[in-house]
Amino acid sequence: MIKKEMIAMLLAGGQGSRLGVLTSKVAKPAVSFGGKYRIIDFPLSNCINSGVDTVGVLTQYQPLRLNTHIGIGIPWDLDRNIGGVSVLPPYEKVTNSEWYTGTANAIYQNIDYMESFNPDYILILSGDHIYKMDYEVMLDFHKEKGAECTIAVMPVPMEEAKRFGIMITDEDKKITDFEEKPANPRSNLASMGIYIFNWKTLKEALLANADQPGLDFGKHIIPYCHGKGSPLYAFEFNGYWKDVGTLNSYWEANMELIDIVPEFNLYEEYWKIYTKSEILPPQYFAETSLVERSIIGEGSEISGQVYNSVIGCGVTIGKDTVVRDSIIMNGTVIGDGCELNKAIVAEKAIIGNNVKMGIGEEVENETDPHIYNHSIATVGEKSVIPDGITIGKNTCVFGTTTAEDYPDNCLASGKTLIIKAGDEK
Amino acid sequence: MRAIGIILAGGSSYRMKELSTKRAVCAMPVAGSYRSIDFALSNMTNSHIQKVAVLTQYNARSLNEHLSSSKWWDFGRKQGGLYVMTPSVTAESNAWYRGTADAIAQNLSFLKNCHEPYVVIASGDCVYKLDYNKVLEYHIAKMADITVVCKDMPASENVDRFGILKMNEESRIEEFEEKPVVAKSNTISCGIYVVRRRQLIEMLEKCAEEERYDFVKDILIRYKNMKRIYGYKMQEYWSNIASIDDYFNTNMDFLKPEIRDYFFRQYPDIYSKVDDLPPAKYNVGVSVKNSLVSSGCIINGTVENSVIFKKAYIGNNCYIKNSIILNDVYIGDNTHIENCIVESHGTIRANSYHAGEDGKIKIVIERSDRYVI
Repeated sequence: MIKKEMIAMLLAGGQGSRLGVLTSKVAKPAVSFGGKYRIIDFPLSNCINSGVDTVGVLTQYQPLRLNTHIGIGIPWDLDRNIGGVSVLPPYEKVTNSEWYTGTANAIYQNIDYMESFNPDYILILSGDHIYKMDYEVMLDFHKEKGAECTIAVMPVPMEEAKRFGIMITDEDKKITDFEEKPANPRSNLASMGIYIFNWKTLKEALLANADQPGLDFGKHIIPYCHGKGSPLYAFEFNGYWKDVGTLNSYWEANMELIDIVPEFNLYEEYWKIYTKSEILPPQYFAETSLVERSIIGEGSEISGQVYNSVIGCGVTIGKDTVVRDSIIMNGTVIGDGCELNKAIVAEKAIIGNNVKMGIGEEVENETDPHIYNHSIATVGEKSVIPDGITIGKNTCVFGTTTAEDYPDNCLASGKTLIIKAGDEK
Repeated sequence: MRAIGIILAGGSSYRMKELSTKRAVCAMPVAGSYRSIDFALSNMTNSHIQKVAVLTQYNARSLNEHLSSSKWWDFGRKQGGLYVMTPSVTAESNAWYRGTADAIAQNLSFLKNCHEPYVVIASGDCVYKLDYNKVLEYHIAKMADITVVCKDMPASENVDRFGILKMNEESRIEEFEEKPVVAKSNTISCGIYVVRRRQLIEMLEKCAEEERYDFVKDILIRYKNMKRIYGYKMQEYWSNIASIDDYFNTNMDFLKPEIRDYFFRQYPDIYSKVDDLPPAKYNVGVSVKNSLVSSGCIINGTVENSVIFKKAYIGNNCYIKNSIILNDVYIGDNTHIENCIVESHGTIRANSYHAGEDGKIKIVIERSDRYVI
């Protein structure tokens, strides 16, 4: 008989639209982070480090990169005879075929998968946070309290509490009430989107609410359980936890890695973060290079200057190029004599010679000011920027651009340039 | 599949001096991220040879650790796989491997149980890329009994540590001398052989009967006039690492852009065990020039013309020049290291000074207490 005490369900289907062009071709959990990693590596590594060896990954939006990355789970030791990692996309049924319409709906559509492992507990995770957490400790807490559902929470500054789902607890950490993005929060314990359910409780709640459109944990399942009187507890987490949902928070979280002893330390031996390493060779620094306060991935060739930056694997940075406060993802090639300030360049982009980025005055982005802000210049994956172009702040470039796309060889601050090729949007 | 592979990985070498006390030559780290045997293993898998035996003997702990899973080279297959063969006491024999031929002869049942018609024998201490199928095709076209991969070395190079051979215009090997005092040519054997499996079994059985144990001396040299032994000239990069100078120079070769491009960027790739290390990190006051740095390193000082292997920590105000720092070395602040090879897992105290003199490479093995940073 197959039996797993706890299995994890990892929600990785979201687009993450506030990351702009970074997620135009990949789901948010597959976006690069910290040089060589992808965001989903963090929850997956947490799973295996916590002894959870059965993980269902729910995919929906642009799953190709995610599927290739996860494969059969070898990098995380999740290639198991029984259990291991399974990618679970939505599928056609005899009646009522639909996409995953909400977080809990996605779990609901995979009841058979969960059932096959005879679990006692289900761990619900989301694939878009950067943190290290021992889920086993949370499970111990769950058992000790006799909870039917435990929600991981973290204390946030009171003034920020209104951006989160807030849990109100008694002194025993039992949840008495909760509020979604309250105007006047009564507590500062924000839900991290990590839940442990008793399988029976979860299954009953999913079946009872199956017809709810857009079935969601925060909006429907938790209120349902609470209303029914199930004991709900809040597990307080005080470590590093970062939602990288916006370009600016994504940029900040990357930059925090380059502190001398960062709060989120990748160099700890006992809680390794695993990822699929495609590139093995060491990195090379030419005679002309200069580097300070940066982390750099395998196989990169640096001939220019790199300051305060996070550089991925297999990146080439040409002579006399200065990269500052930037994130350069895997496989990007930057020519000679460039200057990049606070730029985010996605994977396999090609930037010509003498390109200047992040230069000029502060102008609000004309199309998506809520995405492209904080002076960041963003370049989408596999984009091409020709020689001698100057690109301003709060800008976005995506696609194979040519000199004709830039009047006066310039893309002014606040402009968006997206070249549509084929059926790309 | 037409061939099986055998990698000879048993040897130590007195030419490796102190570096060989810890591990077999084939387990020596090379080019920052790899180990020597990765090149032969990757060539095997890239040549679609699926069944590979690695014969080990001398201090194989480090090597066995590296080969603990066959998945990195894609040998974890139902057909074939990676076989690590150490000498063992059997009903017939309780001897160590007394030579390269003996090593294979002691595992003759492996050869006999295969069905592939050919065997590719390679040594695990060379750095190169080669499609063994090309050698195999050449072998078949020449109707050879044994084909030896060889290479012309520059006339200036001292080749007395290699097997030296001379071929006639048909590429048949006429002369073969192992490590001669005076070399008659500058064509050397690369230690890579292709031979028909049945032929090999026959010759090994004969050798065993006569108590002859060395593949080069007792097979190649002894049979060279009787059997059709041909040379296949290799044009591409090939380097042996089995002496301190060769090891040092091979690593330094990777500072040349054309060598890096050939091994790191051109098809096919070289594979190695993945260590799950974070990216390398550079703090304030760093200067790295013409150097290779591997993953997991934390650099605070100055590095010039050097190869830094995985997980090294280089303290503030250090000066590392023209050196090789092996895996997991901790170098305390204000340390000067020049013309050295620093042995892996070493901990070098702050304010140390190590320099090789008169162009000689110094081997630094220092095991001070390490304080966790």
